[in-house]
Amino acid sequence: MSEPSIVVFGWGNPSRGDDALGLLLLDWLRQQPMIDDASISFVEGYQLQIEHALDLLQASQALFIDAHASCEPPFLFTQVIPTADVSYTSHALSPEALLFVCEQISHRTAPPSFSLGVRGERFDLGSPPTEAALSHLEQAKRFLAQLLASSSPENWSSLAKLNVRGG
Amino acid sequence: MTKRNLETAENAKNLKRVSIDPVTRVEGHGRVTLLLDEAGKIHQVRLHIVEFRGFEKFIQGHPYWEVPVLVQRLCGICPVSHHLAAGKAIDMLVGARQLTPTAEKLRRLMHVGQMLQSHALHFFHLASPDLLFGFDDDVVHRNVVGVIAAHPDLAVQGVKLRKFGQQVIEHIAGKRIHGTAALPGGMNKPLSAASRESMLQEIGQIIEWSRGAVALTRKVFESSEEHSKNFAVFRSNFLGLIGPGGELEFYDGGLRARDADGGMIFDQIDATHYNRYIREEVKSWSYMKFPFLISLGADDGWYRVGPLARVNNCDRISTPLAEAERLAFRSYAAGMQHATLAYHWARMIEMLHAAEEIERLLNDPDILGTDLMAPPGQRLAEGIGVIEAPRGTLFHHYRVNEDDVVEKANLIVSTTNNNQAMNEAIRSVAARYLDGRSLTEGMLNRIEVAIRAYDPCLSCATHALGKMPLTVDLVDPDGTLVDRMVRDGEGSIVCSPSDG
Repeated sequence: MSEPSIVVFGWGNPSRGDDALGLLLLDWLRQQPMIDDASISFVEGYQLQIEHALDLLQASQALFIDAHASCEPPFLFTQVIPTADVSYTSHALSPEALLFVCEQISHRTAPPSFSLGVRGERFDLGSPPTEAALSHLEQAKRFLAQLLASSSPENWSSLAKLNVRGG
Repeated sequence: MTKRNLETAENAKNLKRVSIDPVTRVEGHGRVTLLLDEAGKIHQVRLHIVEFRGFEKFIQGHPYWEVPVLVQRLCGICPVSHHLAAGKAIDMLVGARQLTPTAEKLRRLMHVGQMLQSHALHFFHLASPDLLFGFDDDVVHRNVVGVIAAHPDLAVQGVKLRKFGQQVIEHIAGKRIHGTAALPGGMNKPLSAASRESMLQEIGQIIEWSRGAVALTRKVFESSEEHSKNFAVFRSNFLGLIGPGGELEFYDGGLRARDADGGMIFDQIDATHYNRYIREEVKSWSYMKFPFLISLGADDGWYRVGPLARVNNCDRISTPLAEAERLAFRSYAAGMQHATLAYHWARMIEMLHAAEEIERLLNDPDILGTDLMAPPGQRLAEGIGVIEAPRGTLFHHYRVNEDDVVEKANLIVSTTNNNQAMNEAIRSVAARYLDGRSLTEGMLNRIEVAIRAYDPCLSCATHALGKMPLTVDLVDPDGTLVDRMVRDGEGSIVCSPSDG
């Protein structure tokens, strides 16, 4: 892969149980030999916030990776549509809200964007990831490898419409 | 002081006992429960924010010098505040509370960088007037939209202000989140001349944008005056740190508490003696505690913290532009300002002060100094650090054993300090706007607007996808769920029993 450019966001609190899943998957992805460094950039953090919109400005496609608290195991892959932030705090943004911020500040349509949520089970402070979550993570890795083998927005969009839930 | 007549239903015998367990019922980050009587009148309103739990277990057993780094992992929103509060606590532990001038100024610079970037989020969200002010009155809404539409660069400025604040932190700590800076008795590295120059090049613009932010917030507040002055308004005490001359103070100072009329409850209290003046009440229906001023008792001793409290509490602000704005703010209120929506205005005044303070510190010759460590003194068994985090007063308290291991930790975070206040805000909204036995989207909007002004930090919450943001439950005397409204992360109303 050399083009187009994809930005991959992974976030969560590595000290809070299965909240680490997004970061674990991002770390795994960075180390894969299939990755053409020039075409993929990685952004990690504890939560999405407005400044992450700046990381989207030059991207032609985006992937958001995080733990998911309620999807059917092992994971859920969906397309993300820009939506205004309606949360009752400014604590964190959803991927949808981040895309909306990107459009607000760039006055352009946000790049095609997708979300891979890996099912987490427990999020206790100071706890390691659960065995179940790590199992979901392994399945998500295989899916992610397939995604990157055929990384066009059209292919990802088709997979998202199928409501891919892994397995 | 506001009578808390909606916290617990009177004549409870006439109402069926409703047990709402926040542990099993809170699926998202927060829940509001509204309890009705047979006439459909609200008797009880409670707000459950996911409690800040597990930190003691997380910190205990670690050597004390790890604590300033460890506490940053509690939260990605205000890690600098936790880092510096823990740093101050460890300074006290090792007997090194008097830092070198350079070390203290570097910590202050890092702290105002944090304040600027945190408050910039709210300036950014001014771009979405409904989000902050929740109007459904057409005329008022048009006024506000008009004011904001005249500032098309609002969103971009908000993002750039935030980015600048984070860069200040990064220049000092090496990373914008979870960098290391504070050591017991000092700081771990000096600021380079290149870093200072880089920040100085932008600070003029940052100050101008911050001035614009105050002017805009004030204009929005005034253009919706009737709404702003009456929405979720209630009287309260206020608490915060204060400088030695009564000035606004974020990093270090004495504790001051004022009553609702501005009268002094206590002043210039050594913040390490906080537990002689503040106690935390435990209530059966919430994991989050309710701090109160001991001298006034649990019923009347609750207080507000954060921007509104700080601007109300102080006698002056040490930087000229922010001081001018503070005078205008106080003049408008003609006394203590109690409107919940005034938090946004006060927050922008603080952001302006933070920007001015960054400029002042960058021009202070000590800021490039290399004398960073104070010698240790008498080792104590306990260390206490109190700081003004962006959302309010933050207390860190550690007890360490002879093996230098943390035995006990107690944190009172800003959101806990504002727990009662947020409940009062919700009660005010419910009492005024709930009509009949159905929840409406307008009601949900107003509840969210009220909470948003206090901007609770969900530091205990995971940020995993699929967590419902806020659930509002309406319960009748039989314990039956009459109505529920949940807005998901995409803005859709997820479930509402009244829809059938």
